[in-house]
Amino acid sequence: MFGLDKKDTTLLIIVALLVFLAPFLLNPFPADSAMAQFNAGYPDLMQRFVIFGIFAIGFNILFGLTGYLSFGHAAFLGVGSYAAVWMFKLLTMNVIPAIVLAVIVGGLFAALIGYITLRRSGIYFSILTLAFAQMMFAIAYSDLIGRFVGTSITNGETGLQLTLNDPRILGESATPDGSIPLTNLFGWDMRSTYQMDVGAWLFQFNFGYYFCAVVMLIAFFLSIRIFRSPFGLMLRAVKSNQQRMNYTGLNIRPYTLTAFIISGMYAGLAGGLMASMDPLAGAERMQWTASGEVVLMTILGGAGTLIGPVLGAGFIKYFENIFSKINEATLHQWFSFLPDGLETFVVWVAEHFVGSGWHLTLGILFMLVVIFLPGGLVEGGQKIGGLFSRRKQADEKSKATKTEPAE
Amino acid sequence: MGILDVKNVSKRFGGLKALSDVNLSIKENSVHAIIGPNGAGKSTLLNCLVGKLIPDTGSVMFDGQSVLGRSPYEINQMGISRVFQTPEIFGDLTVMENMMIPVFARRDGAFRMHAVAMVNTETDVIEQAEQVLEDMNMADKRHMTAASLSRGDKRRLEIGMCLSQQPRLLLLDEPTAGMARADTNNTIDLLKQIKDERDITIAIIEHDMHVVFSLAERITVLAQGTPLVEDEPQKIRGHPKVREAYLGESG
Repeated sequence: MFGLDKKDTTLLIIVALLVFLAPFLLNPFPADSAMAQFNAGYPDLMQRFVIFGIFAIGFNILFGLTGYLSFGHAAFLGVGSYAAVWMFKLLTMNVIPAIVLAVIVGGLFAALIGYITLRRSGIYFSILTLAFAQMMFAIAYSDLIGRFVGTSITNGETGLQLTLNDPRILGESATPDGSIPLTNLFGWDMRSTYQMDVGAWLFQFNFGYYFCAVVMLIAFFLSIRIFRSPFGLMLRAVKSNQQRMNYTGLNIRPYTLTAFIISGMYAGLAGGLMASMDPLAGAERMQWTASGEVVLMTILGGAGTLIGPVLGAGFIKYFENIFSKINEATLHQWFSFLPDGLETFVVWVAEHFVGSGWHLTLGILFMLVVIFLPGGLVEGGQKIGGLFSRRKQADEKSKATKTEPAE
Repeated sequence: MGILDVKNVSKRFGGLKALSDVNLSIKENSVHAIIGPNGAGKSTLLNCLVGKLIPDTGSVMFDGQSVLGRSPYEINQMGISRVFQTPEIFGDLTVMENMMIPVFARRDGAFRMHAVAMVNTETDVIEQAEQVLEDMNMADKRHMTAASLSRGDKRRLEIGMCLSQQPRLLLLDEPTAGMARADTNNTIDLLKQIKDERDITIAIIEHDMHVVFSLAERITVLAQGTPLVEDEPQKIRGHPKVREAYLGESG
């Protein structure tokens, strides 16, 4: 299908099914039960799953294929967000122009920064990208360019927001009832949510989520095509042996730069979608912690694999949401069966790992994955799959009267 | 005039004169060996030919064009392929993918985006790569990861990758260094076969005299950065200057 072989088509279909059925799959617990806090099937979080999935898919095209570890990709996500919000302010609340501009701006910034940083490789490249991203963060945070040209561009630490005075040439500055219009796709509101009650369960189908999901599937499909193209093969060759690349008559720079620009465009797309779901843009999206997060997602899921970054993004965003929601009261409730002194102690220990301390948990999880599954969650899946198929093979072998010669 | 002409090439590293006034001409379709004791400047000379180093003075002409100031990839696209002392292959990729990359490089040049096509539908590239694999007797290993090959097979693969570009000049930098005797003999046979079957010029830098005398048609002896003698193998064998260079003045 679409020029993919059978295996990739199956993968794409499975991902599509998971994404479309996510409102069911992520809501396995009844809405009123104690387990309901582990549900993740609400629009805001699901949107984050797919948007960060796109971000990580794009990052993987650079890091997973060429091995160039950029530590500044959040900068492209940030400029994508700003570009999209400006589109909402100036042109229309339709998300298409905003997203298109976000992708273009992300690509342009990536071209500029990639052109400079890709002169170095390894740790020097990482440090250069980090430096650029922090520079861009500082510029956005202080609204430096805005102060220079006399009108606010990023609106500094407050962040860029929509106001009732925005021109919106193709739309309206304010709705008839005097509020700011909502982001939409040709009239379909991104916020509109259909709620379905099934017994004790509550499922939410949000238009914005499904829009992001379709965009993610397209992005995922394009990344499969890039992985399987001669261009993708060259990118893997860059990661494997640059010396041999050079002495095989291939110029490395344009390959790495193109990969950098593509991943910058993916980041811009993610930023544009983020702004489309919630039309504001702040400098904190460009912070180095945000850049580090996408690195974690990609490595946690499995760098260089197709599905890994999506899994990593989902994994991190899910646990971030769950762990940061748990508070002391919840812990006391959980451990109430313990004797008093012990309960206080266990809660005292555990509370450092939840709420705002959830990064501690993330750190431990990341360490465990990197130590025991260097190939990420994908490797874990393969190991489990291998375990089953080996058992199956062993069964078949014991049943067969004579063994086939090994291939 | 040969296919490769080196004229008055000198190269200095700080106080060390690695090459001084090297003149060398390699005839088309010949096998030319460059030998010499450690530190004679063999590798420096080779690096000057492929664009890794730029000589301080002199000229290097390949087929009438200067190679000086060009990047390694440009020089490769001119028709010079290089085999390294330790095989430089794409270890993470399969043998087949390794072989396809130089074929792509030959067909598409130094850079082509090519993201719309799929590798497995590029039938002409696949066919060419498979042909070379068969020539190298490696067709059965095509799905193996290159890094898992034996040392001899890695060398074979690297030579195959170079040949799949159909270069006019193949440069080999100590192709049998660190190899067992059997692997060395296999490599010699492979190179002999290549020399007999193809229109190709081979320049070989070697330490192992067994390899040199079984392959070379012409030998240049390099010592302390200058060519001592250049002659046919039989004459080199007993040459007093060569003995002197290898065994020392009083030897």
